[in-house]
Amino acid sequence: MALTGLDIFKITPKTNCKDCGNPTCMAFAMKVAQGAIPLDKCPHISDEVRAKLDEATAPPMKTIKIGAGENEHTLGGETVLYRHDKTFVSKSLYAVAVSDGYSDEQNETAFADIAKIDYERIGERMRVDAIFVDYASDSAKFLDLVKRANDMDRALIISCSDADIAEKALEIAGAGKPVLSGANASNFEAMNALASKHGIVLGVTGADLNELHDTVEKLEKAGNKNLVLDVTMGNIKDTFAATVQVRRASIKDGDRTFGYPSIVNTARIAAGDRDMQSALASLFTVKYGSVIVMEGMRYADALPLYGLRQNIFTNPQKPMKVEPGIYALNGADENSVCALTVDFALTYFVVSGEIERSGVPVNLLITDAGGYSVLTAWAAGKLSASSIAKFFQEADIEGKIKNRTLIIPGKVAVLKGEIEDKLPGWKIIPSPPEAIQLVKYLRELDV
Amino acid sequence: MAFVQKPQVYKSAINTVELGVSDNKITLGGATVSPLYSFDAPIANAPKVGVEITDLGLEGEPKGIVDYYGDCKTIGEQAKKAAAMPGADFVCLRFVGAEPGEGDRSVEECVKIAKEVSEAIDIPLVIAGCKSSQKDAQIFEKIAEALSGKNVLFLSAKEENYKTVGASVGLAYSQKVGAESSVDINLAKQLNVLLTQLGVAKENIIMNLGSAAAGYGFEYVASTIDRVKQAALAQNDAMLQMPVVTPIASETWVVKEALASEEDMPEWGCQEQRGIEMEIVTAAACLACGSDAVILKHPASVATISAMVAALM
Ligand code: B12
Ligand code: SF4
Repeated sequence: MALTGLDIFKITPKTNCKDCGNPTCMAFAMKVAQGAIPLDKCPHISDEVRAKLDEATAPPMKTIKIGAGENEHTLGGETVLYRHDKTFVSKSLYAVAVSDGYSDEQNETAFADIAKIDYERIGERMRVDAIFVDYASDSAKFLDLVKRANDMDRALIISCSDADIAEKALEIAGAGKPVLSGANASNFEAMNALASKHGIVLGVTGADLNELHDTVEKLEKAGNKNLVLDVTMGNIKDTFAATVQVRRASIKDGDRTFGYPSIVNTARIAAGDRDMQSALASLFTVKYGSVIVMEGMRYADALPLYGLRQNIFTNPQKPMKVEPGIYALNGADENSVCALTVDFALTYFVVSGEIERSGVPVNLLITDAGGYSVLTAWAAGKLSASSIAKFFQEADIEGKIKNRTLIIPGKVAVLKGEIEDKLPGWKIIPSPPEAIQLVKYLRELDV
Repeated sequence: MAFVQKPQVYKSAINTVELGVSDNKITLGGATVSPLYSFDAPIANAPKVGVEITDLGLEGEPKGIVDYYGDCKTIGEQAKKAAAMPGADFVCLRFVGAEPGEGDRSVEECVKIAKEVSEAIDIPLVIAGCKSSQKDAQIFEKIAEALSGKNVLFLSAKEENYKTVGASVGLAYSQKVGAESSVDINLAKQLNVLLTQLGVAKENIIMNLGSAAAGYGFEYVASTIDRVKQAALAQNDAMLQMPVVTPIASETWVVKEALASEEDMPEWGCQEQRGIEMEIVTAAACLACGSDAVILKHPASVATISAMVAALM
């Protein structure tokens, strides 16, 4: 919670000694409140008071790091409940579950899924971020799964409330800084000792929010603030209620005890129903799931979920744009055909991807359309015959390219005539509306 | 110390809007809490799921959909099966073929199809138009007349045609008007103001705030719905308290994830499954933000999304 200048003034000695370089303590306090200077510029505020203030000004939700090296991820650190209020900062992680309680076949499929999902979307590598290794009852089988998961080059979440077995799991996988999840009202002391020993994040569970709150308080009292909260309850409704209330309590109501990232296990509340798990993963991506656990991850699930996540976690203050200019694809040269689109990063990514897939050399011309999609830009007047003509002039397209055929996006085929008027000598050909149709279209194009 | 629960119940509510008649009615809206937050207070009416069919029948539809409708020969038979789809709360008939560039189906024919569908189903009907606002105004007027008394929702009245659509659908035939704006809270509000100034009662208006598939500019859709719901509930903005209906199927089945064949993208696996998950993920995200109804088309998505809503109430 932000402190006011007055709050800070109250803790200064109010002597106006000027040692901080400010004329008065009040002036000093105002500047600190604005974030212009740090509190320790005043040498007369005691460490104790400063520590208290740090606590009061700390963000409502802790930032927690899990995993190690390439597989380190940041969770939490959120400051708002709605992305339009500022931005969400730590994207939800998708974790796939394996367990000694599952059939061998299910575990094998899960491991195969994890290995398989790996692609890029607008500059972001999309993979299964973490593996959730769940202990049911067969410790030998469980430890075997921990070993295999540990070899898969992902962050791990070891879910096990038996401290003795958890200890063995950590002997195998502790170096990768997994989350140890499963601390509860009855075992938290042993689990805490184990997590501290390995310097890893501890996951806390509870039968309900009261119990969870209690256990977190006890762990904090014992000095552990490196926590995540497994908010999975007995069913879908209670889990959603818990996830939202934990986040709301921390961000809106200043409840520091709940100021930690969450784990939501859809594999538990919708076991066996993969479509429902996709639906819930979507729900919890929008509403406050920090780690979302699923029984598997097919491309069919990954494509929409990772796309959704990329959207929800972009900063609303920063539109995703690419630089206008000529992008020579598939070894295009001055004699290759031209295709035109806008500078919205998503559009560029989609269109360039399809052109690359076609293998046909194309000069992709990116016009300055204010970072808008084709139809948005067109509706806003930022993609028009005049804007295209202006771009051609400024980028000296005619000087740089000899080919005189220009493919325009199918969604603005209506512009054909006007562009022809503005760009004499060019043959303007409208294309299909969707980029995916470009591959066939370009291969069959006869120019 | 125990956790102090602080339920957040607003003094304002989302308007309730009824679709359909007598015992086949459904009600949209009525919530006094944030979307799906039934733990704060009971939600009067659960969000609804509609099933979309088009005037083009089953042409080009994925196998699971064709299989579901089986040997339906007429649009009426298809509509009847759509209404019987497990999880369906209403049927949405979309006139893709009315579009001048897509066959330019005549107004008379559209009316005939709408009547056939309306007579075949025992749940409420939503009529959706094509890409041409001008054509929509023409077909909506005649369909509203032919189905008068049925309490049908029309998608949509837009900036370009709200006067004609509002006057015919809303005023002359007292049907429900869908106000469609382009992912912008101010535009949404302005259109509601214009429609109410025209004389359409706010109980007869729903909003379509715009829609996009997950990954395709969806953040704007999410934030627009978020902001509209906050304005409606926390700021008691009467011009934004209309329930929100979001068409999903028409956005999600045309993106690459759903369209790319298995030959083209072998590593992506089953094409139909990709379309289903795209529909499910997009619909769930819209409901999380605050849509009071979503419109889908695949039986698997309809079953999953309606089950998710039921589990959350
Ligand atoms: C997100 C969004 C916005 C965002 C902008 C996001 C952005 N950076 O562009 C915001 C909220 C700012 C916005 C604003 C507006 N929007 Co807007 N917006 C959308 C929305 C929901 C998604 C757009 C998107 O991201 N598409 C994804 C990208 C990838 O699509 P794309 O660029 O078209 O690319 C595809 C194809 O065109 C093709 N392609 C692209 N280039 C090329 C090139 C070649 C050669 C080929 C073959 C293919 C190809 O490939 C892609 C995939 O197939 C759409 C509705 C929808 N679902 O599409 C409305 C939409 C585009 N917006 C619309 C409107 C009217 C507006 C506004 C004018 C509203 C207003 N009156 O203020 C404003 C304009 C901005 C302003 N105020 O100045 C309308 C346009 C109507 C029309 N048919 O002309 C739409 C269709 C909504 C609607 N149904 O009314 N919008
Ligand atoms: S150094 Fe401290 S005590 Fe001295 S004027 Fe600055 S704030 Fe006041």
